[in-house]
Amino acid sequence: MITIKNLSKIYRTKKQNITAVDELNLTIESGEIFGVIGYSGAGKSTFVRLLNRLEEPTAGEIIINGKDIVKQRKNELRLARQEIGMIFQHFNLLWSRTVHQNIAFPLEIAGVPKQERKEKVDRLIELVGLKGRENAYPSQLSGGQKQRVGIARALANDPKVLLCDEATSALDPETTDSILDLIVDINKRLGLTIVLITHEMNVIRKICHRVAVMDTGKVVEEGDAAHVFQDPQQAITKRFVQQLDGSEQYNSLSAAVVKEGTGTIVKLSFSGENVNQTVVSQTAKQFDVDINILQGSVLQTQTGAVGNLFLQLVGNESEVEKALDFIRGANVKAEVQELV
Amino acid sequence: MFEKWFPNVDIADLNTAIYETFYMTILSLIGTFIIGIILGLLLYLTSKGKLWENKVVYGIVAAIVNIFRAIPFIILILLLFPFTDFIVGTIRGPEAALPALIIGSAPFYARLVEIALKEVDNGVVEAAKAMGAKNSTIMFKVLLKESMPALVSGLTVTAIALIGSTAVAGVIGAGGLGDFAYFYGFQRRQFDVVFICTLLIVIVVFVFQFIGDLISNKLDKR
Repeated sequence: MITIKNLSKIYRTKKQNITAVDELNLTIESGEIFGVIGYSGAGKSTFVRLLNRLEEPTAGEIIINGKDIVKQRKNELRLARQEIGMIFQHFNLLWSRTVHQNIAFPLEIAGVPKQERKEKVDRLIELVGLKGRENAYPSQLSGGQKQRVGIARALANDPKVLLCDEATSALDPETTDSILDLIVDINKRLGLTIVLITHEMNVIRKICHRVAVMDTGKVVEEGDAAHVFQDPQQAITKRFVQQLDGSEQYNSLSAAVVKEGTGTIVKLSFSGENVNQTVVSQTAKQFDVDINILQGSVLQTQTGAVGNLFLQLVGNESEVEKALDFIRGANVKAEVQELV
Repeated sequence: MFEKWFPNVDIADLNTAIYETFYMTILSLIGTFIIGIILGLLLYLTSKGKLWENKVVYGIVAAIVNIFRAIPFIILILLLFPFTDFIVGTIRGPEAALPALIIGSAPFYARLVEIALKEVDNGVVEAAKAMGAKNSTIMFKVLLKESMPALVSGLTVTAIALIGSTAVAGVIGAGGLGDFAYFYGFQRRQFDVVFICTLLIVIVVFVFQFIGDLISNKLDKR
């Protein structure tokens, strides 16, 4: 769907050249939600703005739907942009227009006739859940509602791609969740390819299928969201993963936690794909073992559960063995831990 | 009552003067608006990082604007005599004041337009670009539309300055309340005429300010 080859953006000033995006290569599949995460200054915002040439690339290719955006002339680019929706951190709505008129704006630009425009806007207002607010001005809306208008506006011309530039960074956690739900809903319903830029790992965890971690203009790690969560390679990725569970403490178990040393201590690792979500309760039902949950942290992501869970299994040896086999059969890694 | 307080005021002459003041103010305001918007847009669009970024054009427009703003109005009228004579065919009467009034106030308004456009959030312009808008769409539907309240309040300020200028133009024979106050009032030592002209100009200014504020507030949905 989107193929990016050797994409670079260098800002030249008199004193120095600043490389914001450095020889970047990425492939984004059709219909997926692709997250790009990085700290401020990592170049992620520049990257997403290069995709519709709000910033002019210094070098490289951006192929969207088989067309190289970088090579397009002004008029071709204008038409291509109508097929790429974009939403912004600060919404960027026209305050002189009502909700309805704001959503109609891209349709006016595309030259859609008035009657058709009205029908389409009505449908979009319904889709983003703003029915009844059509005639409100942006100043009368909350942040979440403004972003809903932004999303409806971005979808107006039936784009194939939606770019989200820190779309939830100006919203409170609850509103962020509702906007993320809306984005997932749109992704499923319209089969849209979504490229999402954020500095919040939580956003990646909740909605992204795949993720790229950016640092100093380069992609340093890339892969399935669940996989990256489970097994972060780079130090910077580990720092982002720690944003979620507070620290790495849940990856190991201190002996102090287990006061009574009976039974078997097992570390369950959930890695995302096809995880049987009810494995613990099923084990307890099917086998004659007592289960004591010692500690752990399991996060739900778009592609399944991720995390570690430390259990204490109490029962006779053969029954515990059978229980462990059952757990392993459910695609969950189970390691027996030696207590120190 | 009126005759007791203003014994020297001829109502018919006064009406003509009021009409001439309105005539000069409104026509020159229209001209100022059109030329000011064009110059202001040029200043904004050719400045750094904007749609038509162009140092040379910006430099030329800025220089013209600054030069005409620097010339005192009374001197500008005298300077423009040949030009006025060529365009209007006379150098007397309200029509003859129009070129000087417009050329004097359009650069002032152009700067106010430039400031108003700079206040438009760059993000909104960017959003329009991302939607595939043409530059003309961005100009008319985003920049001018979004800055409308500021454009109107700027026009109000300009209108009031213009009313003042029409009075100055009166002194060189353009007609209007300034003319009336100077020739019938000051030169004939009939100070009631000066007084009524002052009063009327103050009222006209209040009316313009009131209407301007009203429209500006009505447009402002922020």
